[in-house]
Amino acid sequence: MAAVMPAPAASRVLMSGNEAVARGVWEAGVKVAAAYPGTPSTEMMEVVSTYPDIYAEWSVNEKVSLEVAIGAAFAGSRAFCCMKHVGMNVASDALMTLTLTGVVGGLVIAIADDVGLSSSQNEQDSRYWGRFAHLPVLEPADSQEAYEMTLAGYEISEHFEVPVILRMTTRINHVKAPVTVGERHAHAASGFRKDPARWVMTPAGAGKRIPLMFEREAALRAMAETSELNFIEPGSDRRVGFIASGPAYMHVKESFPDAPVLKLGISCPLPVARCRELAALVDQVVVVEEVEPLVEAELKAAGIAVLGKEILPRQGELAPNVLRPAIARLLGENVPETQSTAAMQLFPRPPTMCVACPHLGVYYTLSQVRNLIISGDIGCYTLGAGHPWNALDTTISMGASMGIALGLDKGRSEADKDKRVLAVIGDSTFLHMGMQGLLDIVYNKGNVTVLLLDNRAVGMTGGQDNPGNGRDIYGEEAPRVDFAKLCESLGVKKERIHVVNPYELPVLFKTIREEVKVPEVSVIITDQPCVLIKDYHKLKPYEVIDDKCTGCGNCLDVGCPAIHVTRRGKEVKASGKEVDLAFVRIETSVCTGCGLCVQPCAPDAIVHHVPVSPIRLVTGGGCA
Amino acid sequence: MSETTNILVVGIGGQGVMTATEILAEAAIAMGHDAKKTEVAGMAQRGGVVSSHLRFGPRVLSPQITPGTAHVLLGFESAEAMRWQHMLRPDGITLMNTAKLVPPVVELGLFDYPADPLGEIRKAGRKVVAFDATTIAQELGDIRLGNTVMLGAIADHLPFSAEVLLACVLKRFERKGEKLVDLNRRAFEAGRAAVGAAEAALA
Repeated sequence: MAAVMPAPAASRVLMSGNEAVARGVWEAGVKVAAAYPGTPSTEMMEVVSTYPDIYAEWSVNEKVSLEVAIGAAFAGSRAFCCMKHVGMNVASDALMTLTLTGVVGGLVIAIADDVGLSSSQNEQDSRYWGRFAHLPVLEPADSQEAYEMTLAGYEISEHFEVPVILRMTTRINHVKAPVTVGERHAHAASGFRKDPARWVMTPAGAGKRIPLMFEREAALRAMAETSELNFIEPGSDRRVGFIASGPAYMHVKESFPDAPVLKLGISCPLPVARCRELAALVDQVVVVEEVEPLVEAELKAAGIAVLGKEILPRQGELAPNVLRPAIARLLGENVPETQSTAAMQLFPRPPTMCVACPHLGVYYTLSQVRNLIISGDIGCYTLGAGHPWNALDTTISMGASMGIALGLDKGRSEADKDKRVLAVIGDSTFLHMGMQGLLDIVYNKGNVTVLLLDNRAVGMTGGQDNPGNGRDIYGEEAPRVDFAKLCESLGVKKERIHVVNPYELPVLFKTIREEVKVPEVSVIITDQPCVLIKDYHKLKPYEVIDDKCTGCGNCLDVGCPAIHVTRRGKEVKASGKEVDLAFVRIETSVCTGCGLCVQPCAPDAIVHHVPVSPIRLVTGGGCA
Repeated sequence: MSETTNILVVGIGGQGVMTATEILAEAAIAMGHDAKKTEVAGMAQRGGVVSSHLRFGPRVLSPQITPGTAHVLLGFESAEAMRWQHMLRPDGITLMNTAKLVPPVVELGLFDYPADPLGEIRKAGRKVVAFDATTIAQELGDIRLGNTVMLGAIADHLPFSAEVLLACVLKRFERKGEKLVDLNRRAFEAGRAAVGAAEAALA
């Protein structure tokens, strides 16, 4: 992204939580920022990269990004790292020892939890990392707080020489609200000071650091008890008091404006004395936290009577329409009836692959090949599990398609002996954590056909650059990985590596059919770009000649959203079997001429569109 | 609560729902309101359902609109306008584009698209104004003007003047030249007029 002029100090700007954190990072004088994209965290690093005087990078995975940030903080510079919740699973190896060394330059790690599962494979609660690694956790409740807590995070980090976790959720990351911003303050790096007892974590060295970690935790707890980031609003209706953090605080305030509330800005270490103070004010205390009962469990262990997950759900957001009925039930009041009528029943509209997506050809082909077990991965190609392809059998975590495929191969039962095991993975995912898995398949002589779908972008998160497309976060030229060479050097035989164009269905079909028969590892690399990035070039659109369309519906099996049914019918075959017919048209205004649907069309009814007007294509609703 | 205005903007990924809501939020902030804008948009870029919530007033707490409390529902697509009816207050109004965007699951014959979304909303006894934003945009020469037509459509259903919203829309095109500014002004006014005419016909 190109650098832009930052908004002037004291201006009030509409910002998402992600944009607000980026602003805080810049104002704090951070020198190094690193991340791997992941919803809902992605925009933090995208926006950081637009600010001047700061080094930003897309790292190959979250662990590397954290290590880059750690190095910068060891050098005495301020550093920033951000990731989605599952990213910390990858980065935690570094985190769990970083807590022993601590930092010199301030380090804030923003972790974005996907409460409500808008775009993730699980809903884990990142506040656990604070307990696990004995680190402070800050929880903003809106964009203004996200900005302020980023700045406060650097102060805490340097004062206690500790990395700070900024825990966000989708409802903070992606909500836009006004933020009053301030000025940037340059931060002078202190320089790297050699100190092996602190920076080299051998068993002996680490053992000496553990007591210091607990001393630091005690100091942080004392700070949390007095910090202004934790405050009590005494309220007037003392029947129920609430302890809440993050977006849950806003939902509590919205639902129960008169109730006493302890707002936790620093939720770890937990300020237990403040919690007692609230409990003394009210008849009952309810802990409202998304999503695990962490604070609740700690308070119960401390002997404070609180309610939490007994009356509130253990998954999803705790919005007012969840909170109000739960508290009414607790108080024995009538459950407030929502004014709304029931939702009207409608078809679902699941996310789908884009028009002309290069993955369409791959999944169309996979849906036509029998006897496959397909191990999938995290990315746009996870959508291959949906209609019409139904051609993906497992998804667990990023890069997992490789190891799981090997396990499916080695663990196969007699019943599966004729099945072929395939693994499907994307370019960025392969570089993130997949290549180690491929090495494992090769080394352990697995029989897996790997489909490496190189679309030259991190697709699902919005087409970010990566080492596979030869561009860095600023869009500038960077060394580009050669996937075929990389696979060869991992030990895949040269003759088992094929680079194919996924729009050439006969070649793709033949290559997959042949490689699954070979009893060793093969890699088929597809090489066409994501349709949403600048590398993609549109071609002349197609249309359907209505008179020629026989209603066979073969083109619909490709799954391109530009193909629409105009009418349906039935036909009785010579065999007496009745088949459904679906006659189609192509939405010419969105068709980019990839030609995938042309190939399975038996009657050659799909041809290049001839514009009605010689000058401009008629676009939109009714054409074609 | 009563001081907070709740606007729900719905459609599908790629239609510009989120940008339109952002411009509405900018207008609310220009009027001195506090505002929060949020989406329920699971992987919305891939043609999924998008519902964008805007709440503004003296102080906005929760960013989400509670079901049954939206004042206005701005629907970029017919079935989507129908899908979110339960979010409206009983006296809330739906302003909807008559365009129908049929998803692959319907094309594959797995589900049906409702024959008459507008009729269904009317049948439920709800206030609704329908207009063909897509055709209006096409007649102005560019389908991409549809977004501005939609913003024009809601302009007279806000607790502040239409000119404030228009100014926020045009600000987005300032750097792209006078011609685009003028086109968007016309699209905005066309959307406004379409809703005005449809309401007059209903009255």
